[in-house]
Amino acid sequence: MRGITSLPALILMTSFVGFSAFAFEAGITRSEAIFMTISIWALPAKMILVGMMASGAHVAACFLAVTLSSIRMMPMVASIVPEMRNEKTPTWLLLVLSHFVAITAWVFAIQRLKDVPRQYRTTFFAGFGITLTLTNTLIVAVCYGLVEAFPPVVSGALFMLTPVYFLASIWATARHLVVKLAFIIGVVAGPLMALVAPDFDVLYAGIGGGTVAYLVERFVIRPRKAAQSGVANER
Amino acid sequence: MSGEWWWTYVVIAVAGWLATDIWRWMGVLTGNRLDEDSEALQWVRAVATALVMAVTAKLVVFPTGTLAGSPLWLRIGAAAIGFLAFLLAGQRVGVAVVTSTLLLGFGLYWLGV
Repeated sequence: MRGITSLPALILMTSFVGFSAFAFEAGITRSEAIFMTISIWALPAKMILVGMMASGAHVAACFLAVTLSSIRMMPMVASIVPEMRNEKTPTWLLLVLSHFVAITAWVFAIQRLKDVPRQYRTTFFAGFGITLTLTNTLIVAVCYGLVEAFPPVVSGALFMLTPVYFLASIWATARHLVVKLAFIIGVVAGPLMALVAPDFDVLYAGIGGGTVAYLVERFVIRPRKAAQSGVANER
Repeated sequence: MSGEWWWTYVVIAVAGWLATDIWRWMGVLTGNRLDEDSEALQWVRAVATALVMAVTAKLVVFPTGTLAGSPLWLRIGAAAIGFLAFLLAGQRVGVAVVTSTLLLGFGLYWLGV
């Protein structure tokens, strides 16, 4: 479980300290905040739910807002499942393990799974994913109600840890050119779409941007590379 | 009914737990049919990456909380210089994190935010 003291895990823990403070301010009780952490796990979905509940929104409206923000889970899980399973892995096990997928665990999986022998990959992911969830649940339990002890300069700078970590680690682990293209398009399209279509921005940027990246790689870059290597072979 | 203590837990279970896990389960069912070297998986990877990066970029451009009042150029500048340092340092993730966080911290302090 060395993964749990790694840089991404530590960064995520600071985010959960922030979530504890946010939940406290929004009038969520300690046990409700704990239940949210273990049952929802993904931090953006929790923040949205807390915000909606604090504003007194109807349960159906809460469901809609959270579920729209969580569609990204589907391609995230789908992209690591083929690497995680072997022929004997039962589907129920993958369904259970998928609960522990959120951005940090996803990045960890695409970084490390390839170095683990295939028959141990589900165990490896379970060890990291479940420990990470339980550790952060404990953090919420302990830190709930502690006054924001950080001065704004420090809490502001700490807030920056998460996005910068994602930027660097996802680029560093990109093994396919199409992933790098999708990375660049996503970074640009995310904020742009937020201005144009604030409700579905991430979906447009993700599905549209990812598709453009795939098409460019498949029909522009790959044929060109193939043509070049073809010419090289003839010489 | 909505005054009962357990009602909040029902809201969290339905509007939080179910609302997120539905997509994770659909991801498993889809991913289970994808071959590791298939074209479809390449596309799924591209969509997943673009989605995550869109969320990430929005955290920098439209932050909530303490950073909401800080200037945009400082946030983008800190992230961009940190990323550049990461590329120059042979793609070491720690370099990006330390550079960006320190730049932003100094910037906030200097501007008196």
